[in-house]
Order: sequence, then structure tokens, then C-alpha cells
Amino acid sequence: MVEKEIEEKVYKSIIKTIKDVPLEEFYTSGHRTCQGCESALVMRFLAKAAGPRTIVIGATGCMYVANTTYYTTSWIVPWVHTQLGGSGAAVLGTAAALRALMRKGKIKQEPINVIAFCGDLGCADMGLSGVSNAMTYDYNLLIILYDNESSANTDIQETSMTPYGAQTSFSRPGKERRIMKRRWKKNVVSMIIAGHRNVKYAATMTPAYPLDSMNKIRKALSIGGPTFIHSLDPCPKGWDYDPKFSHELGVLAVETGLWPLYEYINGEIVYNEPTKSIVEGRMKRKPVKEYLEKQGRFSHFTEEDIEYVQKMVDEMYEEWEIPGVMPIKSINVKISD
Amino acid sequence: MTEVKKIVEREVLMNGTQAVAHAAMYADVDVVAAYPIRPYTEVMDTISKLIADGELDAEFIVAEGEHGQFETVKHASLVGARTLVGSSGVGWLYAMEAIVVTATDRAPVVAIIGNRALDDPGAYGVEHNDALMVRDVGWLLAWVDTAQEAFDTTLIAYKVAEDQRVLLPVGISMDGGFLTHSEQIVRLPPRELVKDFLPPYNRGKYLVHPDNPITVAPQVNEDWVMEIRRQHEEAMERARGVISEAYESFKKVFGRYPGSTAEIQMPENPFVEPYMIDDAEVVIIGMGTVSKPIKVAIKNMRRQGYKVGMLRLRWFRPFPTQDVIKYLSNSKVVCVIDRDYSMGSPNRGGVIYHEIRSALYDLDQRPKVMNFIGGLGGREITIQDVEKIIKIGYEHRDTPITKPVYWVGVRGDPW
Ligand code: SF4
Repeated sequence: MVEKEIEEKVYKSIIKTIKDVPLEEFYTSGHRTCQGCESALVMRFLAKAAGPRTIVIGATGCMYVANTTYYTTSWIVPWVHTQLGGSGAAVLGTAAALRALMRKGKIKQEPINVIAFCGDLGCADMGLSGVSNAMTYDYNLLIILYDNESSANTDIQETSMTPYGAQTSFSRPGKERRIMKRRWKKNVVSMIIAGHRNVKYAATMTPAYPLDSMNKIRKALSIGGPTFIHSLDPCPKGWDYDPKFSHELGVLAVETGLWPLYEYINGEIVYNEPTKSIVEGRMKRKPVKEYLEKQGRFSHFTEEDIEYVQKMVDEMYEEWEIPGVMPIKSINVKISD
Repeated sequence: MTEVKKIVEREVLMNGTQAVAHAAMYADVDVVAAYPIRPYTEVMDTISKLIADGELDAEFIVAEGEHGQFETVKHASLVGARTLVGSSGVGWLYAMEAIVVTATDRAPVVAIIGNRALDDPGAYGVEHNDALMVRDVGWLLAWVDTAQEAFDTTLIAYKVAEDQRVLLPVGISMDGGFLTHSEQIVRLPPRELVKDFLPPYNRGKYLVHPDNPITVAPQVNEDWVMEIRRQHEEAMERARGVISEAYESFKKVFGRYPGSTAEIQMPENPFVEPYMIDDAEVVIIGMGTVSKPIKVAIKNMRRQGYKVGMLRLRWFRPFPTQDVIKYLSNSKVVCVIDRDYSMGSPNRGGVIYHEIRSALYDLDQRPKVMNFIGGLGGREITIQDVEKIIKIGYEHRDTPITKPVYWVGVRGDPW
């Protein structure tokens, strides 16, 4: 059971309907992200959901390079750059400083949200150890992984978040080898919740579901402590599709089961729609083919490749102890005496 | 009438790292980030105990690596916290990216560098190449010689770093082993007096806070880097004046010159320590604890009639060009002892050697400059070594220098 205190906090913080979304923007004009960039939407949602008493820290990545050009910064709230692998340490330093300064009476006592965002490299690769360290402390801080499945600001290179088989400039299909990216995508939220007892809230999201996304940011901030959100962000440039399909791809990622939407709240997994319906068997997963064939980065896939991806996704739901979340199974082991 | 506070100093036996930790406690630091590496680590061991004992109220972050360690204090500093950090050898290098942006983001962090040889091969002993890696990226750098100087310089470092005219990080270097781990008497001033010396850290209009929603370190692409670097350089230049002011202010508040005690009398110059230099024909230059064998050797050689003196550099960035010129222009030979090296450099010598040569270049009558690379990896530079250096220098008063760079005491290499 989720503790009562947490339940109350969550209830107070959530936005009930789209009409209740605050009108103020704290991430606004001035950015230079591509048309149809879903990561930019994540920034907008996080600023909107968090409000003005917030400090945002951004690691090097698309959202640094495209958002904070001198003279045209899009941030209304204070914003600080951190190095590619620095997000975890930067939120720790910021949160620790605020706690010390408030405790010692050097600044006014008040809740200030501390949020860092980082991309694939800054969160899942180079920055992972720092993110993990931040998750072991008890400061109020939120780290958001905005995952466009590549190193996008350096022109679409492979990362550990790039899906199996996808084309990037580091994984180009060739005459001899069709599939250059053979690693399966890392399961970051599972890693965070499995390894960090202090984390009371972690979630997956994708900006195709705006209310769900904003509420997850709100919940993370209101539950407090170290919290983590992994957002799957369709990227027209890197995924090679018409920008008007960004939302559609986000929806398809969820409906094919490739990207399950769930929250981890104080030890429990809560599925969000439509993943909830999928897990509970009320809705059939769409074939992954529908998702894959809409993107140029999979244009070299043969039926065999598609089948392989389908098989891996099926396994996620049919074989795992927690469908789509934890790649583990419980088995009955008799301990002989 | 101004109140005159009575200065009663407490004498305590402590090593260099403990002295720094106590100074940071007196400075009331808010955030400390630690990660272990010998020989600096005891700074953090001490801080951790001071916090546990309630002597210091600060957040103590144990980072996941040195990169994280330095990013942590950089961001804490940007939101207005006074911070302490440090490292040694390869740890310092592992943090290099974060160390550079600490300076370019103008975060007045104070870092302690317990100098250590760089890997490979692994070794714990002192070598100055670790700290010298930041000589070109806008950190202020001081080299201390005694635990007392370590204590005093730490307090001065905060005052200089946080000055609105400066806002730059300070690295305080101390010789690994020789100073980090040797115990000496340190005079601790009354804690309340530190408040008179060190005002609270005020970041002014550069503070990151929801009440002051600024964007820090936005991307500038090809534009603006020139202007930003130039402003940084100007702050470094202004630091000279601010350092001098800080030493004067220290003397006024604590009743003694930084580094001095009743037993040790330091000449009143923030940047260099001259020793028996007034009539010296040969001057030995060094940084850190090498001053100890140098001073003894000078005394011995003076008894034998050699006119020899020493100039120890206390600050390396900003480089004390004017003091170097002032004290060296009348000498005949300058012997620079480098506890570092610069592989493939113009004369295949050390870093300090090249800096000294450069500082003296514009003089019409310039002394000859020789270089002695020694004490690498913690090897001792003995009194006999220095006496030999003095003799070599002395021989070249009137004869041309054929071999400008000597490696001191390398096995199988008679020098
Ligand atoms: S490359 Fe992708 S993530 Fe980067 S700005 Fe463009 S759409 Fe957004």
C-alpha cells in the first residue's frame, strides 16, 4: 500500500483535466529546436508543472545546444548548464547548498524545486554514475532523462539508448552487416528503482500524453527526495519521419508495448493508460511493425528483423515478473533440508 | 571608539591537511564534496569528523568520482554556498573538465591539492605537475610551505576568490607527504575574529535563485568567447591587488602576517618569500617545502662565503612577475628547482623555469637562468643536493652556461 502521506501529496499536486493546466509558461520562445521536437515539449512541461520557484540544470545535449543560445535563452526560471556527465553532481550540489543555506539562515526558508535534465549520454551513459549517486541521497531533486535515442546534438550517433538495429551515423547498415547496433536498449528506470532505496518516485513518460507527463513531474516534485523520470522523445531529425507524426509515434511506442508507461511509487508499480489496459489484457498490443515502418532509421529492416523486435517485446510482457518493467522471474526453489 | 579584540591564539599540533580543514571550518563552509585519493584525503577525513562533532555545520557530499566532486561544489557555489573541495594527482586530472568550467563559470570554489605524481607508474609522493595542469585555465594558484601557511592561506583564499572583483576559484597546493602528513604547531586565532576578516559570500547579481532568474553558461557558439576570456583574464589581473589587500587585512585583524608566527617570521610579501637575497649573486627558486633544505643549504654555503639566497614562490597564478624582477634583477645566476617537468619544452626543462625565464626576458641586464629538475614522485631533495646546485650555479657566474637543465640525482646519471 502506498503510504497515506504520499497519497495526499500526490492528490494535491495533480492536474485533473487539461483545462486546469496553468497558463503561464516558464520555458518559452527563443529556442531553436527542430520542428516537431518532443524533447522541447518535455522542457515546456517540466517548467510548467514545476512553476517559478524552480532551478533547472541542463546537461550538454540537444536541449542545451538548441535552447540556451546567448541572447535567446528560452528559460524564464533560473537555468544553469552542467557538463555532459555532470547532472547528478550538479543537482546534488544545488540541493545541498539550498539545504545548508536555509538551515543556517543565510537564505529564506522555502521549497525550491531542483530539476536536472540530461539526454542519453548525460544520463544513461557517461553521466549514469553521477545520476545513481544523486539517487542515494535524501535531497529533494528530480532528474529527467530526455531520451531521443541518440546523441542528437552531435548529429545522431548511437548511444546505449538507441534501439536495436536503428540507423545512426555510428551504426550505418552496410553490404556486409545490415544490423550494426546489436545492443538492446538499457532499462534505466528499472535500474534506478532496483538499486536505490531512497527513491520514492520514478516513472516513464512520453510527451504524446501531456497530462500524464505533467502530472508525473508534479508527483515527483511533491513526493520529494531523489526522483527520476525517463521520457521517450520522438525526434524527427534522428528518427527520420515527417515532424507532424511526433505525437503519433509516441502513442505507437506505447500502444505497441515498446514503451510501457508506468510509475513506481514507494515500492509499488502503477501502470498508466493505455499500458494499464495492455497489461491487464483489456487491450491488444499493436504489432511493432506499425511503429518501425514509419521511421527512416529502420528502413533497412527485413521481416526477420521486425520479427525479432516483436519477439523481444512479446517476451517483455509474457515472460517478465513485472510486465515491461523488470526482466526477472520468480521461480519456486525448494530448499532441501 | 573601535573595539579592540584581544587576540589569544591557540597552539595546536596538526598536519597540513588538518590545518586546511580547520580553516574551512572557521570560514563556515556550507557544502563540502569529498572523494578519496592520497595524500589530500585527510582534509576530508578531518572535515567529516568536525561535522560529526558539531563543530561545523555543512552538507558533506561523498561524490561518485572527482568529476562529480567538482561539479557538485561548482553548482553549490553558484547558488551562494561557500564550498571546499580538493584532490591529488590523477584524481585532480579526472575532474579536469569540471575544474575548467568552475573557473569559466566564475565559481569561487576553494580546492586543496595535495600534490602527487601522476600515474603511471602509481606513486603517492609529491610532484607538481598535477596542480600545474590548470595554470592556463583561470584558477588562482598558491603553493604553501607550512601548516600555518596552509591555514592562513585557506582563509585568504575565500576572501580573494569571493571578492566581486575576482570571483575565481583558488587552488592551494601543498606537497604530498612532506606537508600533507607532517605535523607542526599551528596557531589558531579566536574563531570570532574570522568574521571580522571574512565577510559572508555574496554572489550579487550572479546568484542563481528563483528571485534572480538568470541563465548561467548559455551557448555562445563562435560569438562572445573572446570577450568572456578577456573578462576572465582581467579578473585574474585584478586578483593581484585583491590578494595584497587580503594579506594586509589579515595582518590587521589577526595581528600577524599570514604564514608568520612568533617563531617563523615571514617577509611581508604575499607573492614570494625572499631569503638572504639582498646581496645574493646566486638565487635558488622553488615552490613548497623544498624551501626547507634550500634554507639550510644557503646557511651552510653562506658560512663558506657563497653569496646565495632564495626566492620561494607563494602564488603561481597570478604569476608574481614584478616581484621576480625586483628580487632577481641584481643576481647573476638563477637556479630554478622544478618539482615538475614540461616534456619537450623549449629547453627541455620544468614549468617554473620557463615562467621565470619569460618573466626576466625584458630586462636589459638579465641573470642567467638554470634549471634543476628534482624530487619527482616524492624523492627527497637533500641539503647536499641543494649545495651542489648552488655550486653549479656559482661556477656559472662568469662562465657561459653549456647545460641549462640538470636532472637531480637520477640513478646512473652523474650530474
Ligand atoms: S535533433 Fe531531435 S532532439 Fe534535437 S532538437 Fe532536433 S528533434 Fe529535438
